[in-house]
Amino acid sequence: MATKVIMPKLSPTMEEGQISRWLKKEGDKVSMGEPLAEIDTDKATMEMQALANGVLRKILINEGQSAPLGQTIAVIGEPNEDIAALVSEAPAAPAKEQPKQQGQQQVEPAAPPPPPQAKAAAASAQPASGVDGRQPQAATADSGRLIVSPLAARMAAEAGIDLRSLQGSGPGGRIIKKDIEAAISQPKAAPAPASFPRAVEPRQFPQAAASGYRDEPATEIRKVIAKRLVTSLGPVPHFFLTTEIEMDRAAEMRKGINALDPDLKISINDIIIKVVAAALIQHPEVNASFQEKFIRYYEHADVGVAVAIQDGLITPVVRSADQKTLSEIAAEVRELAERARSRKLKPEEYTGASFSISNLGMFGIDEFTAVINPPEGAILAVGAMSPKPVVRDNEIVIRQIMRVTMSCDHRVIDGATGARFLQTFKKILENPLYLVV
Amino acid sequence: MSTITIREALNQALREELARDETVFLMGEEVAEYDGAYKVTKGLLKEFGGKRVIDTPITELGFSGLGVGAAMVGLRPVVEFMTFNFSILATDQIINSAAKMLYMSGGQFNIPIVFRGPGGSAFQVSSQHSQALESWYAYFPGLKVVMPSTAADAKGLLKSSIRDDDPVIFIEQERMYGNKGEVPDDPDFTIPLGVADVKREGTDVTIVARSLMVPVALKAAEMLEQQKVSCEVVDPRTIRPLDIDTIIESVKKTNRVVVAEESHPVCSVGAEIATQIMERAFDYLDAPVKRVSGADVPMPYAKNLEQLAIPDVNRIVAAVREVAYLD
Repeated sequence: MATKVIMPKLSPTMEEGQISRWLKKEGDKVSMGEPLAEIDTDKATMEMQALANGVLRKILINEGQSAPLGQTIAVIGEPNEDIAALVSEAPAAPAKEQPKQQGQQQVEPAAPPPPPQAKAAAASAQPASGVDGRQPQAATADSGRLIVSPLAARMAAEAGIDLRSLQGSGPGGRIIKKDIEAAISQPKAAPAPASFPRAVEPRQFPQAAASGYRDEPATEIRKVIAKRLVTSLGPVPHFFLTTEIEMDRAAEMRKGINALDPDLKISINDIIIKVVAAALIQHPEVNASFQEKFIRYYEHADVGVAVAIQDGLITPVVRSADQKTLSEIAAEVRELAERARSRKLKPEEYTGASFSISNLGMFGIDEFTAVINPPEGAILAVGAMSPKPVVRDNEIVIRQIMRVTMSCDHRVIDGATGARFLQTFKKILENPLYLVV
Repeated sequence: MSTITIREALNQALREELARDETVFLMGEEVAEYDGAYKVTKGLLKEFGGKRVIDTPITELGFSGLGVGAAMVGLRPVVEFMTFNFSILATDQIINSAAKMLYMSGGQFNIPIVFRGPGGSAFQVSSQHSQALESWYAYFPGLKVVMPSTAADAKGLLKSSIRDDDPVIFIEQERMYGNKGEVPDDPDFTIPLGVADVKREGTDVTIVARSLMVPVALKAAEMLEQQKVSCEVVDPRTIRPLDIDTIIESVKKTNRVVVAEESHPVCSVGAEIATQIMERAFDYLDAPVKRVSGADVPMPYAKNLEQLAIPDVNRIVAAVREVAYLD
């Protein structure tokens, strides 16, 4: 009659045993009292003896595998006996493997775990927010590992400082408290150019590099707002704000600058870019994008400028427009637009803006609405500038009027937020001297 | 207030507790007729008699066991080890009996015993007689470990240790018996166990120091002040229970830590303190915690080597400058 061989209790505290070595193969004859296997218990490696005579018909627990006390680990029986019933009684799943503690025996390594977060890593270039909602600033793939003291990391996160923009003064370039304090005490962005740049050597900007940003977890209410608005109006819930801007001073300024140096060829659109950038820095809540789980706030104004090209349009990006002078912006837009028309822009040159401008003024369009280029938070549709009669101080006078309409992504920008931004935009554009104060 | 040596402060504490509580008695090698190898028990035999102040044979394991037994039946023994180096012989009684009796008896037996004596480095007595053993004892739940650094702390903490209902390892520093300090005259002056003391306030770097390293750290702090570095010196005074809260509070203020200790570095109390700082104040650290420890060698006999094996002012100054990113 076939007999089950069960995992025996070989030490007083043993709860499971691991087969260190089978001393018999399937098909070997065994007799009662004969050593059958070596078993690792919690205390030692012990010999297990056969408790029946016959043939070792079936080994159910292989070397390196473990089984709890009492589990069938093998079957002893007559050579031709049907043992199917006994075998099927044994647990079907292989007993769990446990890492071996004492050396001598090779345990098959467990299957390698799936690559950690391969999905997350491959999915997008947008860094995921950390477990605690903080942006793992140092974890970009393309930059080397940042060395930063824990305190400095925390201070930077709280102050919204991009660690990658800092040079560490500690050993091995470690970013330390002192470096963060220095960064905090420095004005974040250079204000608009205070003096007219001598057009000698253009300043160098990392053209392709997108500016830094901080990600803040989207609040629950923000998530609900987003969800509800999306169901009402397409994937990006737009709303529109229109205002009329008196452009006389801006036009005058443009004329004055170009008179200084005709080569500069500053356009009204260049001034608009500059003013948008300045207003964005004053309204960081608009310089933002909705990223499902968090709202991304950009540190600089990367302004996309829609350029019509044959069979479509493209929006090359003026990076950090808030830090550039008008002449730098003008030269850059001209150069980008030329290459856009000849389709020579690199992808990083027309993606990743934080805000866009679309100007159809040259087509005589007075007013229009533009469609947001996701994931940007807003786009400004600029109409033509034309002389209009307006009432000023109770008198009808002629003014250069331009109408702009801002399309806002309601998931990130609310009505009043957009209105305040537009107010600032209008104020600066109507009095461009604000750019230098 | 009177200015007395640590030796006198300890003597006062013993005298006052012997007088206050008749269950208190002293025993150890040479504590009675000879007034103690370091004269800590001076005059106590004469004052309290041979039943309260008892000379033992040279049998550390034996008289420690006697002490544990006496404590089990309601006495409050103060067992002196001529030095803590000899306590090594008594560890079975200290660790397996004294430390665990309350637990293993299901709370039936408190062991109100004090094991006291000099420890740490001494003057040129070489490897077997010059070593710091606090991490051994602090390792075991059931023991309290106390290491005073001033005369007032010595007196106040020893009185609290004798009054405590659990076994206390009270390690005096052999080199510090002659150090003087102000001590309150109040016979009921005590210092609670498990409360750290900020020996000096500062803003830039925290130095955690105990026992012999406290005066060394204070001297280092003085030198560093001239270099415009403000050091806070925190003396835990009790190693177990450890007043980690006071240390963490200081670290949150200064963001940088040096842990100074006489003992060997591996598995030391300093290692434990550094770990707890990492666990509790990681986000407040601006530099890795720096340890300044005794050399990882048996204590050399040769004077020049002995000096190199024990942390000194210069090493602490250098460590502070390192964590403050000054060098």
